[in-house]
Amino acid sequence: MPNRQRRTALAITMGAVLGLAGALVAGPVLAQTAPRTDLVVGMRLEPPHLDPTAGAAAAIDEVTYANLYEPLTRIDAEGKVVPGLAEKWEVSADGLTYTFHLRKGAKFHDGSDADSADVTFSLDRARGAESVNAQKGYFAAIAGVEAPDARTVVVTLSRPDGLFLFHMASGDAAIVAPESAGANKQTPVGTGPFKFERWVAGDRVVLVRNPDYDGPKPALERVTFRFISDPAAQVAALKAGDIDSFPQFDTYEALPQFRDDGAFTVMVGTTEGETILGTNNARKPFDDVRVRRAMAHAIDRKTLIDGVLFGNGAAIGSHFPPHRAGYVDLTGLYPYDPDKAKALLAEAGLPDGFETTLRLPPPIYARRSGELIAAMLAEVGIRVKIEPMEWAPWLEQVFKGKDYDLTLIAHTEPLDIDIYGRPDYYFNYRSERFNAVGAELDRTQDPAKRNALYGEQQRILAEDAVNGFLFMLPSATVQKSAVQGMWVNRPIQANDVTGVRWK
Amino acid sequence: MLAFLVRRLLTLALTAWLATLVVFAVLEAIPGDPALVMLGTSAQPEAVAALRAQMGLDRPWPVRYAGWVGGMLHGDFGTSLTYARPVAGLVADRLAITLPLAGLALVLSAGIAIPLGLFAAGRQGRAGDWAVMAFGQMGIAVPGFWFAILLILLFSVRLGWFSAGGFPGWEAGAGPALKALLLPAVALALPEAAILARITRTAALDTLREEYVRTAVAKGLPRRVVLRRHVLPNALIPVATILGLQFSFLVAGAVVVENVFTLPGLGRLLYQAIGQHDLIVVQSVVVLLAVTVVAVNALVDIACAAIDPRPRVMA
Repeated sequence: MPNRQRRTALAITMGAVLGLAGALVAGPVLAQTAPRTDLVVGMRLEPPHLDPTAGAAAAIDEVTYANLYEPLTRIDAEGKVVPGLAEKWEVSADGLTYTFHLRKGAKFHDGSDADSADVTFSLDRARGAESVNAQKGYFAAIAGVEAPDARTVVVTLSRPDGLFLFHMASGDAAIVAPESAGANKQTPVGTGPFKFERWVAGDRVVLVRNPDYDGPKPALERVTFRFISDPAAQVAALKAGDIDSFPQFDTYEALPQFRDDGAFTVMVGTTEGETILGTNNARKPFDDVRVRRAMAHAIDRKTLIDGVLFGNGAAIGSHFPPHRAGYVDLTGLYPYDPDKAKALLAEAGLPDGFETTLRLPPPIYARRSGELIAAMLAEVGIRVKIEPMEWAPWLEQVFKGKDYDLTLIAHTEPLDIDIYGRPDYYFNYRSERFNAVGAELDRTQDPAKRNALYGEQQRILAEDAVNGFLFMLPSATVQKSAVQGMWVNRPIQANDVTGVRWK
Repeated sequence: MLAFLVRRLLTLALTAWLATLVVFAVLEAIPGDPALVMLGTSAQPEAVAALRAQMGLDRPWPVRYAGWVGGMLHGDFGTSLTYARPVAGLVADRLAITLPLAGLALVLSAGIAIPLGLFAAGRQGRAGDWAVMAFGQMGIAVPGFWFAILLILLFSVRLGWFSAGGFPGWEAGAGPALKALLLPAVALALPEAAILARITRTAALDTLREEYVRTAVAKGLPRRVVLRRHVLPNALIPVATILGLQFSFLVAGAVVVENVFTLPGLGRLLYQAIGQHDLIVVQSVVVLLAVTVVAVNALVDIACAAIDPRPRVMA
């Protein structure tokens, strides 16, 4: 029976393949009784390296901030400045001298003491001529750093800087040691409650609890950050149980299915990501405020938020997040009104509208918002040609080269309204009024006065309709229901897991 | 045979050099400043300038091209801009995943396709043949990434047998590492197997029509023996040629499959490096791939020439 034999041979071949699969699959099944002490955190992008003082990639901070490295001060889950490596500090009355007192038992992961010499080294390195710190400007006001004793650091500023403590809480201001700083990109050494274990390039970074940490011990013994960029793969990894918590989950259309599944919890919080229709204020016809106001009236933010973010996200009327003190609600200044928009265009001498281009960077929110906005602007006669771009050309041509009419991007740096005062920023916006308020902000320490000044800046930007102010990017976290303590909001780009535990 | 070998090797060297030129020129033409990509939207211009100088991007292009090619000849592939690591080491890390993946896929694909193709040829026009042809048609029509997603949905999400992707690293042990490679290898192998099965079938049918096979059948040899002893060896030449050609498809398929399964292999490295504008990595990986594909095809040619001297004589 040759036919049957051949069929049998085939069946054996297939069986062998499946058997191999089965043998590889069958692992020991562990019964979970005690709460788990490991956590797998999903991230969209892999950090290029692990030195937050030498790169702007948010993914670096998302792995290392507060977990591995500590700055002098740090940002907590509510966005407030709290003690970091410095347990307390004093500011002189003129706002020019900051005295930091370091934690007594603080040590680097290599066992060396974290003292004032390390702080002096870190700050001088960040502001030095050779520095490649992405936020060198944060350190620009520093005139000198002194270390009167091993536990005290005195920083003098050349001019008052109202955001100094806030900036010193950023990952860019992480305190590193002279003997390990050079190798931090691959083998990071910090002072935080977790230390580096290994990095499987392209896949994961593993941190383990630092047994010698002088502060409160985290509940987790091991944290693995896994990098999954594809939206479908993110959903699959969560559903397959590979990932315990996925913060900054931006596949918004998948949120309902996780909300309906009892095994998962979905949290939607705030970020610092003001999403704007970036407008080249130097180019015709956008140099005419009436044209910019017409566009503001032509954009229906509600539809945009429903369409792009599936309803998750707050509308903004200026460049400031609604959750932050000092916020002024200006969303009513330009209500959706296509007729008003057409009238304003006619007033500006463009009764038939005009043609323009919209250059879109890769993020999904940008691409989707761009399509919708092009359709909305078409309603009032503005014919928009969409040009999707990759990151590198976008940065080169739009951001650096200012070669664009319109673009669409979220600005995720916290408290970054000051970018409107930079003379060479890509909006090409110049306002004496705005800059005068900015100068006063730098001289002001009193929180109430600062908030009033921030309000004034917001009004100026809204009245000038510098950009199309659209919405705040939400921060959605999808995780197993038993995970507790992940941040709901994203006051900075960090995955602080020091307070995370399993139920 | 020697002249043939020399000619093949010269072609290989020329192709490699042309590849370096084309890759360098294309990347030079694409706008984008790697320093800016690394430092992002809030970077100060002086920090960007400092980084550019540190990375040597301020040097003119002929100097950079000469430095790159010269370095490669000495085995120095440069330093990745994003990862701040030697490219050779990065590539070696990634090859440790992509090579086993491609190997596993090749074995799976040949292991499935050759028996299936012979089986179909043996029963031309009947139900078994029809089924193999249908499988082949489907494998060619279904996009690889879609098939990969189906595998994940079934074996990872529904059944929970496999991780939905990722790679634990070889240091985690051969078992977990191979387990992570199995689904991607299947995703990579099946579309290849579909094509290969059809080619094996056709090659076997062609051979079956040859005089010597008819003679063997007329002698009263069982069909099974005829297929194995007379048909298979001769049908293997076109199959081997296609297997060699398929190597480049495997590499291209690996880029897709590695991205769906988030496997940190060479394809994914290339994909990410393009996104991050890590030019030195893109250049080196593309040239490496081009040289490998050309070299594999040359090897197949040489192997076929060794089996069957006719093309060698005619060439």
